Amino acid sequence: MIPYIACVLLFLIGLYVVVSKRNLIKIVIGFCLIEYAVNLFFALVGFKKGALPPIITSADQVRLGVARNFVDPVPQALVLTAIVIGLSTTALMLSLALRLYEKHKTFDVSEFRKLKG
Amino acid sequence: MVELYILLGVMLAAALVASETKNLLAAAVALGMVGFSVAIMFILAQAPDLAIVQIVVETLTVVFFTAVILRTTEIDTTATGGLKIETAMFIAAFLAFGGLFLSLIIGVFRELPTFGQPLMRLATDYIQFGLERTGAANIVAAIILDFRGYDTLGEATVLFTAVVGVLTVMRFVSKKKPGGS
Amino acid sequence: MRGMSLIVQVMAGLLAGILFLYGGYIMLHGHLTPGGGFAGGVLIAAALILVSLAYGSVEQVERRRYILSSVFESLGGAFFLALALAGYFAADCFFRNTGVFYLGKPLQLVSGGLIPLANIAIGMKVGAGLFAIFLALGASRFVMKE
Repeated sequence: MIPYIACVLLFLIGLYVVVSKRNLIKIVIGFCLIEYAVNLFFALVGFKKGALPPIITSADQVRLGVARNFVDPVPQALVLTAIVIGLSTTALMLSLALRLYEKHKTFDVSEFRKLKG
Repeated sequence: MVELYILLGVMLAAALVASETKNLLAAAVALGMVGFSVAIMFILAQAPDLAIVQIVVETLTVVFFTAVILRTTEIDTTATGGLKIETAMFIAAFLAFGGLFLSLIIGVFRELPTFGQPLMRLATDYIQFGLERTGAANIVAAIILDFRGYDTLGEATVLFTAVVGVLTVMRFVSKKKPGGS
Repeated sequence: MRGMSLIVQVMAGLLAGILFLYGGYIMLHGHLTPGGGFAGGVLIAAALILVSLAYGSVEQVERRRYILSSVFESLGGAFFLALALAGYFAADCFFRNTGVFYLGKPLQLVSGGLIPLANIAIGMKVGAGLFAIFLALGASRFVMKE
């Protein structure tokens, strides 16, 4: 259970960064940390002790139909797409931060609120 | 599994550095450290597909962060020197929240199968019949492109939307001052 | 715009070909070995980014790259959708694999029917999309900033 708890701790650190920091880049970093925590949790849930990666390598495994001792492939398939999506959404957040910096010359979130009112 | 625990510790330490350092470039590098330790843990969890993707994606994430930080500023001006009373109160409140969250979620983890012995109710069928029905030896590829092709189609849509979003947000810059440099 | 120093340029030129080859290998063998369209596409995007960071470019070249990568991304998406629709028109359901595509013998390069083709489509989409994001962020411009 210790690896699961470490994932939750990483999630909490990311949540702390998102909620408490006022710098936009720091907030994006917090979102990245949350994303890694969830990905890692999924991969660890599917882990099986003493098992092999879910790839059939030899023709014997096919012909004999031997019991295939593999880790759970379903969480891996779900996470594989999520990693690439995470990169593109991070880039989207970064481009928004860049635009805000060009307008206000600062990354400080509280400054944006002041300038508006 | 000692390596896994060491890497989890490294990951948490790097995440703390990324959250608390005043230099944004250093924070991006610490984020890269978190991502690479996650990649090594994917290898330890017998997921080579994820490890390959994670290593390259992490490199590109650090490149994107570096590009944005070098175009703007690398000093975190919002970080204050001393520990203010508001900050201390906020950290205390967050620690209380985190403790509550952990104590609740440990109860959830007791319901899960123990670490290292997954249920694999769905996966048994996929592993047994994946090769015969799809012809792909890589079961993960068989799942994402055949059994669950709709997921991948939705993912492609999300990726397309994100790319269009970035292009839309950044287009005005190149129109206003062509050349840029 | 100038690129980086000569040492970096030579090393990037040597490495880029190998990276492209590795990305293509990972993409085409996605149904046999670890990897697939996502990993291969990201690797190809990384190779393109390496070259454009090392050598730099002028405005027109960058604009042309930008248009080309957008076109390739859309082509990849359309290809993937066409593969899915082929199952719908040739057989009974969306994403039909068996009976529509050539399944071949297991553990051969030409096998798996839909899966290698879909890997190529996704690789095109991911690689071109990430390179377009890189160009749009103006990341190759930060070399100039002192």
